[in-house]
Amino acid sequence: MIIVVDYDIGNVKSVCNALRHIGCEAKLSRLPEDIETASGLVLPGVAAFCYAVKALGREAESVKKAALSGKPLLGICVGYQMLFEQSCEYGVHKGLGLIKGKVVPIPAGRVIPHMGWNIVKPSPDMKLFAGLEKEKHFYFAHSFYAEVADPDAKIAYTDYGFDFAASVQKKNIYGTQFHPEKSGPQGLRILKNFARICERGKQKC
Amino acid sequence: MLTKRIIPCLDVKDNRVVKGVHFLNLRDAGDPVELGTRYSEEGADELVFLDITATIRFRKTIIELVEKVAENVFIPFTVGGGVQTIEQIDTLLRSGAEKVSINTAAVENPKLIAKAAERFGNQCVVLAIDARRSKKQSGKWQVCVKAGTEPTELDVVEWAVKAEKLGAGEILLTSMDADGTLAGYDNKLNKAVSDAVDIPVIASGGAGKLEHLYDAIIDGDVDAVLMASITHFGNYTINQMKEYLKTRGIPVNL
Repeated sequence: MIIVVDYDIGNVKSVCNALRHIGCEAKLSRLPEDIETASGLVLPGVAAFCYAVKALGREAESVKKAALSGKPLLGICVGYQMLFEQSCEYGVHKGLGLIKGKVVPIPAGRVIPHMGWNIVKPSPDMKLFAGLEKEKHFYFAHSFYAEVADPDAKIAYTDYGFDFAASVQKKNIYGTQFHPEKSGPQGLRILKNFARICERGKQKC
Repeated sequence: MLTKRIIPCLDVKDNRVVKGVHFLNLRDAGDPVELGTRYSEEGADELVFLDITATIRFRKTIIELVEKVAENVFIPFTVGGGVQTIEQIDTLLRSGAEKVSINTAAVENPKLIAKAAERFGNQCVVLAIDARRSKKQSGKWQVCVKAGTEPTELDVVEWAVKAEKLGAGEILLTSMDADGTLAGYDNKLNKAVSDAVDIPVIASGGAGKLEHLYDAIIDGDVDAVLMASITHFGNYTINQMKEYLKTRGIPVNL
């Protein structure tokens, strides 16, 4: 069972809908026992960073503990940004610190928010992007982006007048700045890949 | 580079998708869940759902339908119709919408835009404007509210600029003069608004042929094109529209 962490913000339901559509057992929950027994976790998010961090509250520790114990975790959009050490959206706020880097504003000189479908270029042989052609469009909606300090963690790029990390992976911790649950068939494929990663994780245990 | 977006629109009345001409003479166009699923599968870039029964008041009954549509829609989903409060926006976002469009309530209470942007982020707040050519001043458009039934003294371009400052993340611009005519978008209107704001503008009203989409993107300078009649009644598939735009050099998500 994949647990979509329900922390009282935006479109948490969309991720659940998408996971169920691809035949995955998924549930919205924020209970520590669900987080602990899940085969994998999804941290979704449509909100300002500080609001999201506040809303996640005590569950932050459960999520962090689960991720550090090796449980697959996928952060999406603000959920992705929360994987990093800090963000400067509406003041400086601490993230989960699972991946080195900080969240900063998209540089001026272009339309902000970066909203719509843009090309994502994954590095070769990435499990999260398995079966997807090299360059596919995914749906983005954000005004801040992660400056990833750990170069090995960057697994896909997007060009919006400057290159930024569209996706990261550090061991069992995954993240996408774009919304796979809202990126049509290619997005569902990403979720399917993550579901497979969770399955394998479970077998190992 | 961001692609130009193709956005089918479901105008929903009494739980059915309908489509009229100049907002009148509504014709049945199908079931919202079926149409929404079809567009999501066909490769539409977004889906817009407007409860046109609501006109003045937000109807709670629509939530159930929004939830059902959202269950099968894996592309961004905008919902609107009579939205007046932050609580209603919150409810819609929890029901599966990514963005909420506000129209009449924003005219009556512009602060609603700012409050919504602060709470949910400006990418969530779509300002819908129903525009009608001004009879008094040529080259001007007036904002109409309450599903187009009530003209106001507001100038469309000035209102768009103000809404952007307040925190709107996008403008859904419908030409009432062109709506349902299949004679092409009002690209003078589109261009006037696009030039005045930096946020994305969605052209709406008048799509009848494939070249109309191209014209709105080039002449109207818009970021996205919305259509209803030509997709609901089967004239063109989403794929045909995208293939056409691609051959004319427009970046699309194909």
